[in-house]
Amino acid sequence: MKIENQVTLEFPSRSANEGFARAAAACFAAQLDPTLEEVNDIKTAVSEAVTNAIVHAYPDTLGRVALKLRIREGNSLEIVVKDWGVGIADVEQARTPLFTTGSEERSGMGFTIMESFMDTLRVRSAPGKGTTVTMARRIVRRAGQ
Amino acid sequence: MPVTCKEKERCLTALVAGELDHHGARTVMEELDRRIDQAQPRQLTLDLSGLSFTDSSGIAVLLRAHRRMGQVQGSMRVVNTPPQAGKVFRAAGLERIIRFE
Repeated sequence: MKIENQVTLEFPSRSANEGFARAAAACFAAQLDPTLEEVNDIKTAVSEAVTNAIVHAYPDTLGRVALKLRIREGNSLEIVVKDWGVGIADVEQARTPLFTTGSEERSGMGFTIMESFMDTLRVRSAPGKGTTVTMARRIVRRAGQ
Repeated sequence: MPVTCKEKERCLTALVAGELDHHGARTVMEELDRRIDQAQPRQLTLDLSGLSFTDSSGIAVLLRAHRRMGQVQGSMRVVNTPPQAGKVFRAAGLERIIRFE
């Protein structure tokens, strides 16, 4: 589907950027005229994906995290969160609810939240090369538009 | 990520306000731990009325507080959960473990 608008942001894997990333995604999504609930769903999913990159991709160093936001034909928002970190050896296991390799402030529910708040979720990862999470959510056109 | 606590007759009320994510979760957990250790409350009420955003970090915070209250033989309830946080907690099935009022 044709890309109608897009933006790419790149930032170091500092936890202070979690709030920035979800706020930026919400601002970009505003042009689709989402409901408050749709904006919150987008913010929550972006927060999960970016936090995963910050916590897991670069456990001992600071690395690059990219957030790509695209509006595709049909009022759909595509969100790509990419890192060049350690990668995930077993993606299926990582997506299992309650599974986490993080410390106790992680619940292991990140991918479950992304799955339930977005229409689609794809995770591609290669150990030593990095991880790319691609999510999409169609924003319902409201009456009067 | 401010946490404000009130205590009366071994009932501890903690107001969690602002945005709760991984960046701020540790501070909130440590503050709740400290207050629970100090007060040894019979009941902890987490008031989320000022919580403007949470992600799965909030799930970890609630589960930890629930576990700590179990260790001091107390109970825990969560009140005034905003819709966004409620949706996150429901997606995790948290209502099967934690009392929401």
